[in-house]
Amino acid sequence: MYAYALKRLIQGVVTVWFIATATFIAMHSVPGDPLLNERGVNEEIRRNLEERYGLDRPIFDQYLIYMSNMVKGDFGISFTQQNRSVNDIIREHFPVSAALGVLAIVFAGLGGVLWGALTALYRNRLPDVIVMFLVILGISVPSFVIAALSQLALVGLNGFVGFSVLPVAGWGSILHMLIPSLVLGLGTMAFLTRLMRSSMLEIVNADFIRTAYSKGLPPTRVFIKHQLRNAILPVITVLGPAIAAITTGGFVVELVFAIPGLGRFFVQAVQQLDYTVIMGTTVFYGAFLVFMVIAVDLLYGLIDPRVRLK
Amino acid sequence: MPDVSNSATRSASLQLVWLSIAATLGFALLMVLLSWASALTGSGPSTLNAIDAESGTLTLQLSTEPPQLDSTRATDSVSIMVLGHVMEGLLRFDANNQLVPGVAERWEIREDGATFWLREDARWSDGLPVTAHDFSFAWHTALAPETASEYAFILYPLKNAEAINTGSLPIDALGVHAVNDRVLEVEFEQPLAYFEELVAFPTYNPIREDFYRNRDGRYGADVEDLLYNGPFEMTVWVHGAHLRLEKNTHYWDHERVRLNVIDIPYFTTDTTAALNLYKDGQIAIVDYLGAEQLDEVLQQRWELQRFGDGSVWFLAFNFDPSRVTSNWHLRKALQLVTDPSELVNRIIKMPGNLPGESLFPVWLQGIDGFFRQEYPAPQITLDADAAREHLRLAMEELGLDEPPSLALLVDDTPGAGRQAEYFQNLYGTQLGIDIRIDRQIFKQRLAKMQSQDFDLATYGWGPDFADPLTFGELFASWNPNNNGRFSNQAYDQSVRLAQSSLDPRIRMDAFGRQQEILSEEVALIPNYERGRVYIKDRRLQGVVRRAVGPDPDFTNAYIVENP
Repeated sequence: MYAYALKRLIQGVVTVWFIATATFIAMHSVPGDPLLNERGVNEEIRRNLEERYGLDRPIFDQYLIYMSNMVKGDFGISFTQQNRSVNDIIREHFPVSAALGVLAIVFAGLGGVLWGALTALYRNRLPDVIVMFLVILGISVPSFVIAALSQLALVGLNGFVGFSVLPVAGWGSILHMLIPSLVLGLGTMAFLTRLMRSSMLEIVNADFIRTAYSKGLPPTRVFIKHQLRNAILPVITVLGPAIAAITTGGFVVELVFAIPGLGRFFVQAVQQLDYTVIMGTTVFYGAFLVFMVIAVDLLYGLIDPRVRLK
Repeated sequence: MPDVSNSATRSASLQLVWLSIAATLGFALLMVLLSWASALTGSGPSTLNAIDAESGTLTLQLSTEPPQLDSTRATDSVSIMVLGHVMEGLLRFDANNQLVPGVAERWEIREDGATFWLREDARWSDGLPVTAHDFSFAWHTALAPETASEYAFILYPLKNAEAINTGSLPIDALGVHAVNDRVLEVEFEQPLAYFEELVAFPTYNPIREDFYRNRDGRYGADVEDLLYNGPFEMTVWVHGAHLRLEKNTHYWDHERVRLNVIDIPYFTTDTTAALNLYKDGQIAIVDYLGAEQLDEVLQQRWELQRFGDGSVWFLAFNFDPSRVTSNWHLRKALQLVTDPSELVNRIIKMPGNLPGESLFPVWLQGIDGFFRQEYPAPQITLDADAAREHLRLAMEELGLDEPPSLALLVDDTPGAGRQAEYFQNLYGTQLGIDIRIDRQIFKQRLAKMQSQDFDLATYGWGPDFADPLTFGELFASWNPNNNGRFSNQAYDQSVRLAQSSLDPRIRMDAFGRQQEILSEEVALIPNYERGRVYIKDRRLQGVVRRAVGPDPDFTNAYIVENP
């Protein structure tokens, strides 16, 4: 088990190194120039800027300098937020995305398992049809539409009630998080519902379930211990990457609800070609994703006794 | 097993209910933890509404937070807006957009330099006086090559400034000296007619040396890394989440300031979200509306406010000899079929925009009145037949058998796309010219502009200061923003004259001449002067919108309870 964990960890470090290198190359081959601004500058000012950001050095030197700083845990200074380090940006804004993401995952995970189990139990009956219809909506309607609509609904609700039931946008209390995290988790919830439903249906007809019934186990026990526990495995498999995707992919939701999360910095950095922020956030997110996948694999060994980690 | 399946369904449902209850409890615990986490990263629950008359509080939304607030390196409009509230230069703009004394009590501008006498009661937010040294230090800092200030050029009229910024002279050669705490002596590189306009620009703001050095390179990065001498001081800055400006009691003219607090807990570029906040009574103003929001605003019968943001938008040409657009007849042909009023009325369709007639916008001051009244823009009469004749001549000169195909470089915004399609259709049907639309995201478009990789480009220019020179300079052959590399000797001479002359008539004549040359040479095709529409709460009065300087400006704003 420990040897396996160590092996996976080393693989993870190599993956992160690869991500960093690939991002570095891709970023520098994108046309455009991080130092260009609406106001053009003369050559001398431009040279001053290049010197400040080390862009006057050969590209391979830049790569080596960047990598050695990264190993020391220093992601450098942002190009657009000239006085802030990328470390500061990640430290201040990732917790926001993470808090929102955790809540979204809880919504998605709980909702997915509950709805999925329910639809499987009521297969082809009215509850199943209704939920599956909503699931298709949840998967196919993009989050910016849902975000905008739910914000509009909030405005309507507050206007109808006459006072602010839930804040329309902003950040700073648990009330600010509820709707955005629901919206953020909706797609994943829909996806998990389908996954849970199909894996439940597969198991309902499995031999060991019949055996369980035939040896006289009470139905609830069969449901919890045998059906649910087995059916939930595929859900856990996708939950790892889903956590990473949700905590990092909230750009639209963060924009609509004016939430100061890291996703906005990530997308803006790409638009602005803010080299250090692109590198810092990509490597950070990459490492996070790799870590989540490893964590899920290890968790598997605990949940499913059939999986022996070597 | 059909007999068990029904009871199984029932009891399993019951079990699910129990699970749900357990989950809800766990959920509640999680909520407590998360609310603690979000309070740490946010600003705490905001309970105030858009306007609170009792405490004199105004709540706003901004598109982004300022990237940083070191005035020597600020370039964007949000930074300039915030700096305009928390800082004050030698001069400032009043509620009527006129220059009035700021930290300087009086001043004298001569041919070779200027002297500023600072007021005695100007104070920093820690109570210490604002001195001439603070200005001298800030200007020296902005010009030091290692500061790498993008706006250093705006200080170039100071003696030796350009040489210092480019590293060929030491920093102490700058012609700026604090004679004593209250007298600032400035030497010019050459006579300078518009220095008053320049010193109101944020790059000319004061910075106190001891404080700046104490911040260890972080000056302007956070709320504790700034010292204020303006009408407001910043008391909260949670990055990306919350800015709070409170009335600065050390400000010399604090009686002028009627608001106590400007609270900014929302940052988003999503205008629809801003409109929703406004509708919900959370913010007092939506300072910019897009075409998408206009219908909603009209439906709600909110009072639409408008103002010109001062910028001029036009089609720029590439004058590189290898490009067909360097041919005068071709440009003339395009000019003769382009009707800016059609573009404004049928394509842009937002109130407040003016059809473009000149590089010099209508709001610029001339000698006694408006520049454009004293020097009307040359009128272009639309003439499709003449245009086709010019096109024929162009093809002859260029040795082409059929009308050329032109690349039109535009932004990736929906508005820019619609305009590009309009030009594509216009030049296609009128002249048979095939327009290839080249849509690029911001930085790529700039890169293509700078490397002259275009035939035509939609381009906008906003003023840095309120003098026609800020526009006229744009087409000088040495200007780094002259992306098409238009080059005309008579034009360059005229710009030099306007830069160095002190006589208003000579200067305005020069700008008038420039306006004619640009039209004769078809150096650009003016499209529109941009207008902006916005809505604000009726209780909020005294908001100033402007083309040059901090915008919007709330330093004169006040609240009326029953409008």
